[in-house]
Amino acid sequence: MSADHRARGRVLVTKVGLDGHDRGVKVVARMLRDAGFEVVYGGLRQTPETIAETALQEDVDVVGLSMHSGGHLTLVPAVIEALRRRALDVPVVVGGIVPKRDRQVLLGEGVAEVLTPGASRDEVVDAIMRASSRRLGRPASEEKSVVDD
Amino acid sequence: MTGRDDWDRRYRAGPSDAVKGTTMSGLEVEGVYGPDDGEFPGQWPYTRGPYSSMYRGKLWTMRMFAGFGTAADTNTRFKNLLGAGGTGLSVAFDLPTLMGTDSDDPLALGEVGKSGVAVDTLADMEDLFADIDLGGVSTSMTINSPAPIVMAMYVAVGERGGTARSHLAGTIQNDILKEYQAQKEFIFPPRPSVRLVNDVVRFCTVEMPLWHPISISGYHIREAGSTAAQELAFTLANGFAYVEAARASGLDVDAFGKRLSFFFNAHIDFFEEIAKYRAARRIWARWMRDRYGAIDERSMQLRFHTQTAGVSLTAQQPELNIARVAIEALAGVLGGTQSLHTDSFDEALALPTERAARIALRTQQMIAYETGVAAVADPLGGSYFVEELTDRLEAQAEEIFSHLEAKGDGSILEGVLRAIEQGWFQDEIAQSSADYERKLNDGRQVLVGVNQFQEPDEPEADILYIGPEAEALQRRRLADVKANRDEGVVHRVLARVRQDAACPEVNVMPGLIEAVLAYATVGEIMSALGQVFGTWTERAVV
Repeated sequence: MSADHRARGRVLVTKVGLDGHDRGVKVVARMLRDAGFEVVYGGLRQTPETIAETALQEDVDVVGLSMHSGGHLTLVPAVIEALRRRALDVPVVVGGIVPKRDRQVLLGEGVAEVLTPGASRDEVVDAIMRASSRRLGRPASEEKSVVDD
Repeated sequence: MTGRDDWDRRYRAGPSDAVKGTTMSGLEVEGVYGPDDGEFPGQWPYTRGPYSSMYRGKLWTMRMFAGFGTAADTNTRFKNLLGAGGTGLSVAFDLPTLMGTDSDDPLALGEVGKSGVAVDTLADMEDLFADIDLGGVSTSMTINSPAPIVMAMYVAVGERGGTARSHLAGTIQNDILKEYQAQKEFIFPPRPSVRLVNDVVRFCTVEMPLWHPISISGYHIREAGSTAAQELAFTLANGFAYVEAARASGLDVDAFGKRLSFFFNAHIDFFEEIAKYRAARRIWARWMRDRYGAIDERSMQLRFHTQTAGVSLTAQQPELNIARVAIEALAGVLGGTQSLHTDSFDEALALPTERAARIALRTQQMIAYETGVAAVADPLGGSYFVEELTDRLEAQAEEIFSHLEAKGDGSILEGVLRAIEQGWFQDEIAQSSADYERKLNDGRQVLVGVNQFQEPDEPEADILYIGPEAEALQRRRLADVKANRDEGVVHRVLARVRQDAACPEVNVMPGLIEAVLAYATVGEIMSALGQVFGTWTERAVV
């Protein structure tokens, strides 16, 4: 089973900053786990440094950040910067309340995918798979996103 | 006393002309309907409402929550609101303030003034309420972990402006238990945090008779994903826990019971929400009288604020949210709420624009003045369906109380604390939220515009942007305040805060008032308390 998990990818999902809205991040963590990913839940009040450190220690393929406070334009680039300083080429996926015009800004800053409210399970899983295959160096189309539960 | 005669006597004793008592076509309607020997509003166990006249006597308060940028920005908004005839202020603090973090702390980066107003020192509270007569308004302050500090600041600002603390009116949320369960804005561990909540209750009971020292809040529990029954049960259990803590500290239940108020969510399942409010009133009355020995009727009458469910709003076809909010607000009104905040339709996208907030307020005004629904108290009382739902929600809640009581070896306070420490509430809520998400994903729950009736390629709505200017301004402001205060005094007042905190029988409030008057910052005072209490980290599991 664990080899199989590794094949799908290992994902860190976490909050960053002071915001405690954790409904979305927990739902996404469960979705990804049900879809066969290995999920590391980082929890609340993580800083860019603690997130990059966890990404390094846990050797994850994707970092998923949940943002609901409006601070994404400051905090997300700081996470990417902290990852780069550790020479980690780990794709970052952002989910939460992100206005459309900020999505382009985040993608320009190097974010791999931005998921917004109402994203379905398949959309979440597909986005993480695309990001994770980028890191694992193979096309996303090799895997199916259909979840059976 | 129950029955029509008793109700009629009370009803006639007060005003009953706040809303008209006729239908659009001119039929006269009475203030309430029901069998002569049945339960009427204002009668035990208050299922049908805390007051006999309900909205005929006084409409609900349309209390809209606002705050942004610096204290001076929000002060201007407040003065506009008061100039337009408002009498109630409601302060939204920014995330760093809610977390007891100063604006110059690296953790506050990017968050200062974003989702509310930044308050670091008494100087900011002075700006926030500048030129406002605090003796003439009521102020609601939504803050929890640093609530005692903000309470101390409000007392200090009021008294400097010439209003004695005994004349200050308002509410402070000060409900820490739901923070561990749902909203997650906690700093200290649960047990010393409950002591701080109770210090505010003790202080207000003696010195601030017009103040509501806790707003026991289910809103955030529901937003975090609970069911209606869990919202009802967890919230009331938290209420019982605060009552037990206050009684254990020597307060008489009737001395503070009448000042407790509640805050519930209004979600989209119309009848279930109405039944939830009715069940809440009945449960509270029974427990306050039968278990905690309340004698004063006001201690048994549950009064509550309602906010429509932010989590029910969709980013897709956001205008549809106007209809959702109207339906949810109507449930709050038919359920007998005392005050109401209606969400703005753009809240799944960003903080509300002025226009969206105005539409939300107008929605309440339509319900109040156009629809006629406010004329009759508890208009759904006696509906077979609503009465059955009320009974079933009450029974579900009682099962949860039994579980918590067993966990706490007979004490709800202990049961709630242990359940928090074990992560029980958090797991229950996460489970309900995951169940709901599965229903959305497989289509068992329809969400219009999201999993059915979608529109392709919607244009981006206009949304509110808050720039980084407020953050820079606030940092400069804080540096100025720090440069102009007496550091020796600050050192001394912080030492007293630590000393008071270390003695559980001492009330921290007088020391906090002294500390804020010396312009100690929220962050400094929180870390002084933290040196005694420690901090709390949630077990990170999903």
